[in-house]
Amino acid sequence: MTPRRLTPSQTIGPFFHGMIAGAANVLVAEATEGERIRIEGRVYDGDHAPVPDALVEIWQANARGRYRHPVDRRPIPLDPAFVGFGRAATDETGLYWFETIKPGPVPFTAERRQAPHLNVAVSARGLLDHLFTRIYLESEPANAEDPVLQRVPAPRRDTLIARRAAGAGRAVYRFDIVLQGEQETVFFDL
Amino acid sequence: MSPVGRDPEVFPPYLYDAYRATIRRSPAQPPLEITPTLSELTGPGPALSAVIPEDADLTRNAGTGGEAIGERIIVTGRVLAAGGVPVPRTLVEIWQCNAAGRYRHRVDQHHAPLDPNFIGIGRCLTDADGVYRFTTIKPGAYPWQNHENAWRPAHIHFSLFGPSWIARLITQMYFPGDPLQALDPIFNSVPNPNARARLVAAYAHDVTQAGWALGYRFDIVLRGPAATPFEPFERAARAGR
Ligand SMILES: [Fe+3]
Repeated sequence: MTPRRLTPSQTIGPFFHGMIAGAANVLVAEATEGERIRIEGRVYDGDHAPVPDALVEIWQANARGRYRHPVDRRPIPLDPAFVGFGRAATDETGLYWFETIKPGPVPFTAERRQAPHLNVAVSARGLLDHLFTRIYLESEPANAEDPVLQRVPAPRRDTLIARRAAGAGRAVYRFDIVLQGEQETVFFDL
Repeated sequence: MSPVGRDPEVFPPYLYDAYRATIRRSPAQPPLEITPTLSELTGPGPALSAVIPEDADLTRNAGTGGEAIGERIIVTGRVLAAGGVPVPRTLVEIWQCNAAGRYRHRVDQHHAPLDPNFIGIGRCLTDADGVYRFTTIKPGAYPWQNHENAWRPAHIHFSLFGPSWIARLITQMYFPGDPLQALDPIFNSVPNPNARARLVAAYAHDVTQAGWALGYRFDIVLRGPAATPFEPFERAARAGR
């Protein structure tokens, strides 16, 4: 095998905002199939100070659990009104949000499924590479059986579960991303 | 050691003291190794294609009718997946400061002029052979607050999605012969000197256009699984029919 001479990563820096113009954090249109959810939260550093220059990106399956990607060849319909990718910059209070739909379950192996989840990449000034994590949704029965969540030491699993905001008229989930320290979010080596 | 190649010689550590902002933003816990699933082997790359040819010419894409000031350059190269396979029709996004070293960004306070004809943002898709191409101006160096008399070497920021979620790459391209590179903690955060050198574009006289623009070549190799681990899902698809 030829050696893979990979290109190293570098920080996104503080000046990326022009790249994400438009409503990149609204993934749904009127015709999109599925239950609407809003995901919102703040990105915090090791002093629990908000991170005002982070980029949060999500990638998810549609309401039926199909990814819009050539590798996903399962006979499950695509939603013409849903791509599944979004990105949001944090504001000066560290806040980001997405309007999307609850993803369907996707396979882990041929025999096993994963609980509904959103794949997350976090970039920021001060991060020399992005960080991968996942958002799972509170009160999903499938979370208990999810093979990736089960890999996470039990005391840290909560950092991957978005909390349903109490009393909200529609489904609003809160998901803070803690880069360092107490309640540090679990990040994945991929 | 990551199964798909986040080689610690090639990729910077999250904590790199000389780059001060990493100190409170780097995770204290090591990242948890997981086997890539369909979620990571798919990704938005193939679905992202909304570009127009004008997006790739940063000397004119401000929409003012005027031309950006600076040393006109062409930056081109190939986007490859791990293993060397070209990635066709994949989105490449760039952003950079102007020739005076100033970003058009509310946070940039550098005392240097803005250029009304330069926004510093470009995008294009690679062609069938994985080749991208931008026309722009050479960015200036700029000061930053990291340490006493700190200056970023001239660089262009690159963002790529590639074929899968794992392949996501955000990086910076540098210019050959820039003495500021040796003094720059962000550049030097890449541990291996050969890997670091891969962030420096090559001057390419065959890309240079006589009487018009200097040419630089910068190839990009993205991470990803070496083998094709898609069998389980194909089996699942057949079983479901
Ligand atoms: Fe920069």
